[in-house]
Amino acid sequence: MLNTSTKTLTGGFSFENTRRNAVLEANLSEKGYSAPNARKTGTTIAGLIFKDGVILGADTRATDDMVVADKNCMKIHYIAPKIYCCGAGVAADAEVTTQMMSSNVELHSLSTGRPPLVAMVTRQLKQMLFRYQGHIGSSLIVGGVDINGPQLYSIYPHGSYDKLPFLTMGTVTFSLPPFFEQTQSEQNLEEAKQLVRDAITAGIFCDLGSGSNVDLCVITEKTVDYLRAYDQPVQKGLREGTYRYKPGTTAVLTKTVTPLTLDVVDESVQVMDTE
Amino acid sequence: MNTRGLRSQLKDSVPVTGLCPQAGSYGVQDSLRRGFSSVKNELLPSHPLELSEKNFQLNQDKMNFNTLRNIQGLHAPLKLQMEYRAARQIQRLPFLPSSNLALDTLRGSDDSIGFEDILNDPVQSELMGDPHIMTEYKLGVL
Repeated sequence: MLNTSTKTLTGGFSFENTRRNAVLEANLSEKGYSAPNARKTGTTIAGLIFKDGVILGADTRATDDMVVADKNCMKIHYIAPKIYCCGAGVAADAEVTTQMMSSNVELHSLSTGRPPLVAMVTRQLKQMLFRYQGHIGSSLIVGGVDINGPQLYSIYPHGSYDKLPFLTMGTVTFSLPPFFEQTQSEQNLEEAKQLVRDAITAGIFCDLGSGSNVDLCVITEKTVDYLRAYDQPVQKGLREGTYRYKPGTTAVLTKTVTPLTLDVVDESVQVMDTE
Repeated sequence: MNTRGLRSQLKDSVPVTGLCPQAGSYGVQDSLRRGFSSVKNELLPSHPLELSEKNFQLNQDKMNFNTLRNIQGLHAPLKLQMEYRAARQIQRLPFLPSSNLALDTLRGSDDSIGFEDILNDPVQSELMGDPHIMTEYKLGVL
């Protein structure tokens, strides 16, 4: 009785159920079933630095193995007024990580009295992801404008990061870079938006894990434009005809009627408070 | 930054358990809450992160104090550790959750949010130890 009652409680992750879960999974796989999987965002996310700032783009589909779990999820998350973050990988991990990071960034900038730097956000994210050794499965693209100009970083689930003028992540990481390799960083806004839209659309058409709409987020020094559903390359088709059967299509062969005799067993009246 | 490997942590933190490690309340084996007992369960961690998370704050402090000692000499970490020790003693009664405000301020964790603040917050825990037993244990009377 002493052991449990004198332990001091701490917060954070609790590993009590890991053994039980391992035993359950082993038993299930013996019978041929599999344990439920986390919902992932098989994703296309991309980022590009142009003349005045940063554009982040993402698709909007979240998948659960081979089923589309969410047709219109938001993958571009707010971190600070001029810093946004696209998340790929496990949807819940990306969401909670970016929310915690947003709170941390706010606290930090209140403590320093200055607007936050993109490099600071990247550093905190990568230190946290390294601490959890990749078990938090979220890959992120952080982009924003701060005192040092527009910047773009990508962070992988195990904690490595990259600073590049254009970035793509998600399930189409390897097929999109050719789009961007021909860009120059002196593009103007419309060309850059078109380029990111084209890249995300290519991801939507060529990858089963990405789909629905294209979201864009344009961050410049003066403004932030969150263009939700900037483009909808895949429209739901219209049904050409009706598929209803006319009444009388199926012939009735026999008809039997069985009346059920019901007796009143108990009758009670409850007065409702209508005032 | 978490730079210590898991191997070294495994050797240092093997818990010394009593005769009946699976004991729950009343001192007998509690299969419902703790599962079947096995030697492997007691020695090895159930999840790769379990040990590193349990010792994370400790390792961070050790690393920071070592760096401070190398840069500024022995007295700097010594004085800081004295302050930590004093701040750690500011607690409520054993069965109530303490805010640890002084300790957090010294450590600098009062302006950052981590998983320990969001998940499993001790303030919102559904269980509480028996007040009499806990105070007697703390006072050494038990």
